[in-house]
Amino acid sequence: MKRSPSKFAGLIKRRGAVQALATFLTNPHLPNFLSGTIYTGQAKAACVPGLNCYSCPAATGACPIGSFQAVVGSSKFSFSYYITGILIFIGVILGRFVCGFLCPFGWFQDLLHKIPFPKKLSTKRLKPLRYVKYAILIVMVWALPALLNNNAGLASPYFCKYVCPQGILEGAIPLSLASSGIRAALGKLFTMKFSILVTVVLLSIMFYRPFCKWICPLGAFYSLFNKVSVLQYHVDKEACVSCGRCARTCKMDVDITKDSSHLECIRCGECLRACPVHAIDIRLIEAERKLSKAEEPSTQRP
Amino acid sequence: MEKGFSIVALKGSRRWASLALLLLSVAFVCYGAWRGEVETVFSKAVKLCMECVGIG
Repeated sequence: MKRSPSKFAGLIKRRGAVQALATFLTNPHLPNFLSGTIYTGQAKAACVPGLNCYSCPAATGACPIGSFQAVVGSSKFSFSYYITGILIFIGVILGRFVCGFLCPFGWFQDLLHKIPFPKKLSTKRLKPLRYVKYAILIVMVWALPALLNNNAGLASPYFCKYVCPQGILEGAIPLSLASSGIRAALGKLFTMKFSILVTVVLLSIMFYRPFCKWICPLGAFYSLFNKVSVLQYHVDKEACVSCGRCARTCKMDVDITKDSSHLECIRCGECLRACPVHAIDIRLIEAERKLSKAEEPSTQRP
Repeated sequence: MEKGFSIVALKGSRRWASLALLLLSVAFVCYGAWRGEVETVFSKAVKLCMECVGIG
């Protein structure tokens, strides 16, 4: 039986526009790129949902990963309830929809993957690397800043300092172009992190979202809420014709017919667009429960 | 029938888990704000992050 198209099909079709808008809303202070300064308003006390460096001149909010490390690495605290609470709230509402629609660095990788390359490479054989991001979340984002303090009780934000390429892309490059003082201060650490950025850029052209799949601690955190998030993908098993098109289309290597709330699903909706019988839809968890008691209202029998 | 019941029960438990986590998240934010984490976040976010930009 064939169902009517999802009412969310239009949103998914315009995903690129949504990502661009989300990136702009996260970084609206564009004149700061020319002055080489960063925004210092009250909005910086709250964190944004995606991975976005707070040293980007245009950034309006704080980076959730950087903020967590700043709190944990301070002399007063060893855990951040404030940032964890904000991230749990976002995760329970949206899950990894943030990665697919709202994250500026996710959009950056999506754009890079559009660059033509002789043969785009599959990451299906590299699935064990998915677990690296959970190790990074626990070790670099929480354990090292909490445990490796100096005499003053302060610790470095280890992920930001040694791994995160977003700080170079959004912070170091625009600020060093605008300020000779910052340009003169850049040294070996910048060179190392710039190399990481170049590697991520090159890999993103060949593979789909390598940073999101293997490195990103924010994606790792949100993935833990995919199964309980209010926003859920749903597969109508009666309508599904098991053609496998959704699994072949998914660039995150997820078969949504086996697990519609898989940890790696970034809710990009490519499977929803690919389904020939519209068996995949977006639902809220409450509506899903109600609908399971009765027949599908939108089901059309041929 | 039994299968149908288990599906409803699972989705119901997920709904309660979502609600419990939402309440927990609000409690975390309030507790974190009460003990002064917001000031730490703000003071870090309004200054240039030396580590982020590769100065050290």
